Formats: sequence, structure tokens, C-alpha cells
Amino acid sequence: MNILSAKNMKFVKDPLMDNNPISVQVLGICSALAVTVQMKTAVVMSLAVIFVISFSNLTISLIRNKIPSQIRIIVELAVIASLVILVDQILKAYLFDISKQLSVFVGLIITNCIVLGRAEAFALQQKPFASWLDGIGNGLGYSMFLLVVAFGRELLGSGTLFGYHIIPESFYAAGYQNMGLMVLAPGAFILLGLFIWLQRTITGTVDE
Amino acid sequence: MYSNAYILRFAAIVTIVCGVLLASAATLLKPMQQENIQTDIKKNILKAVSLLESEKAYTKTEILDLFDERMTSIVVNPEGEVLEGLKAEDVNPAEEPDHLPIYLLKDKSDDVIAYCIPIEGKGLWSTIHGYLALEADLNTVRGVTFYDHGETPGLGGEISQQWFQDNFSGKKILDESGNLVSITVAKGQVRDDAKGKEHLVDGISGATLTGNGINQFLFSDLERYNPYFEEIRNQDQNEVVS
Repeated sequence: MNILSAKNMKFVKDPLMDNNPISVQVLGICSALAVTVQMKTAVVMSLAVIFVISFSNLTISLIRNKIPSQIRIIVELAVIASLVILVDQILKAYLFDISKQLSVFVGLIITNCIVLGRAEAFALQQKPFASWLDGIGNGLGYSMFLLVVAFGRELLGSGTLFGYHIIPESFYAAGYQNMGLMVLAPGAFILLGLFIWLQRTITGTVDE
Repeated sequence: MYSNAYILRFAAIVTIVCGVLLASAATLLKPMQQENIQTDIKKNILKAVSLLESEKAYTKTEILDLFDERMTSIVVNPEGEVLEGLKAEDVNPAEEPDHLPIYLLKDKSDDVIAYCIPIEGKGLWSTIHGYLALEADLNTVRGVTFYDHGETPGLGGEISQQWFQDNFSGKKILDESGNLVSITVAKGQVRDDAKGKEHLVDGISGATLTGNGINQFLFSDLERYNPYFEEIRNQDQNEVVS
């Protein structure tokens, strides 16, 4: 039943909990705050980031023995930027409305430190398949936080999930109100902080 | 250590591979992107003349059908003359700056109930594109949309938000004696006792320069269309008198 060996499984699972890029390494916060107002944008953003990290890792790992070390950062960025532009073009062609909502943040995946971080720290030393898995794992770790934060923000801020009303009308009639704060950036900070706290309590991560 | 020649060769190969990849992706996807942009423009025209509900999601075909069913268009020149036989779709603004398209929303008896004109100009960082729809009196604003811009998200980018655009509905572009004053984006919220309140809309804090840009191009765009609008207004008045 095991599709992946224990070692390979670790590449995927590690970044989900013990070495999560958002909660443990605190990378990629900017986009995590920006695109988590709605579940829909968060899902598309997650998929885009998973795609970019996994394939930038794969490509860089494939050519890792050929890259001259003096210009390795530039080469990594060229690979990442090409993939991001590709994603952006595809979104514009097939998911126009969502690409409009994501606006600059798709382009800003280029500057997402997780992507360059994994390329530098992992893909340059490891074999292609392992690097690809590591990319998927880190993408999933990032997505996990994006989705839980977006879940909280959309539910509390707009009373909807994926655009469908969840909070029944009778609640509003009884005086319940949407939390405007959750739609704004501070709401994302508060939720993200709470989730990082929760996650670190579970894994027992402590900063020295 | 790698030799300089190797580094240069490697960099050249990376550049070429990335370039070819992106260029071919862009060329392949272009027709679909263009189609999306065209649909988005039509959607914004329909939104400006308030044929769309802001909450509801519309499919591509719904938008295209609704547009074909309800909207017609004419082209005028800055002297106020209608250019016969031309449609808004034929206008290429870059080459024919004197051809001014107007989209018309007509009711069943063929009377115009709304006029919709494209507006565009510099914001702070980018060119803002949008549509402005006027009621049949050519004075009251029916709706506004801003759809394509590169302003800072969260600041100037708020112009594409519903609350900002809703602001414009019901405002007047003419003063009491019938002169064009356009609409001005105020600094902050418009107070209830503000002078000329019917020409002012609430501004966005942190986006004064975007607002200034909007003020400028709204006025100059309306000014270009004004000779034609003036003619229609006079016609209407004569009809009332006779």
C-alpha cells in the first residue's frame, strides 16, 4: 500500500507539521495575509504555489550539477519566475475572475521566500524526485495554513464559505453581525497568530 | 570554480529556454485571454448601466447574450456629430482618438434609458480603465465601474470595490445653470452639509493621488462627449416645449 518509502514520505510530511514553512520558519506570510479573505482565492493560490515550488525544485535539482555557483541565485530566480509567469498566464486564460481577484499576488509568488528557500536549501543538494516531493510537502504546509486562515476569515467576516451562505438568516435576525475586522489584514494577523500558537503547542516547537 | 565562458554560456542557455517557453505559452493562450478581456469589458458596461446584480455570478454566455440583447452602440465625434454606420466595436482608440464610442441601453419603445461611455486616464501608478453610465437626462450618474488598473491593492486598488463605485450613482455632472462640473472624489467622507454635495463622492484614505487622477480624466472625458450630450439635451427640451 505504501506508495512512497518511509524516507520519501518524510519529505512530504515534515513540512506539514514539524517544519512547517509558515508556522515554524515564518516564511510566506505576506501572501498568506493577502489572499485569505475567501476560500476560493486561497485554494487557487495554494494550487499555484504547490505547482511552482514542486516544479522549481524539480527543475533546479535536475540541473544542480551544471549550475555555476556564482550565478546560482539568478538561475534559480529565472526558473521560479518563468514558472510563476506560466501560472499567471494560465489563470488569465482559464480562471479570469479569480486571477483578477488574486491580482498582483500570483506574480508575487516569485518573491515568496518559501520557493527560493527550498531551492537553495534543498533542491541544490538533493535528487530530483526527493526535491519534487519536498516541494509538494512545503506547498501543502503553506496551503494548510492558507486554507485554515481563509476558512476562519470567510466564515467570520462574510458568513460564507466558497461564496455560499453558511450562517443562517435567523442568526442575523437575532442580532449576529459579520466581523468586519476579519475581512481586513489585522484579522488575518490575529487568526494566523492563533493558528501558529495552536500548531506550535501540538508539535512543541520552541524558538531558542 | 567555473570559467567565465561557461557561466556566460550557461546564462545564455537558461535565458533562451525560459524565453522560448514563456513566449510560446503567451502566444498559445492569447486568444483565450483576449476573449476573457472582451467579456470582462462587456460585463463592466452592463454593470455600469446597472443591468447586473453585484452579488450574482454570471457565466460568459449569460453576459454575452444579455449584452447582445440589450445594448446598442453609436460613435460620435468631438463636435457632437454622430458618425453613421460605425459601431463602438469598430473604434480603435489608439488610432482614432476622435471617434468616441457610446453604448446605449434602450427600452422596449426604443427610447434611450442610459448612455455609457468609456473613461480612462492616469491614476497614480497606472492607466485606469472604466465605464460611466448616465441616465436619460444626461446629468445623473447611473453607475460607474473601474475594472482595469495597476493601483496599490488595498489603497488605490479600492476603486474597483463595490462601495466606491456605488458612491457615484445618483450624483450630478451638471450645475444648476447646465455647465459641466463633472464628479469629484473628495478627501475622506463627504459631509452632509458639504457645498456641491451632488458632485462629490467619498474618497479613499491613502489614495488621494488615485482620486485626483480620476477627477482629471472624468472631467476631460465628459468634456469630449459634452457637445453630443448638449445636443441631445437641447432636443429633449425642444420636444417638451413643442
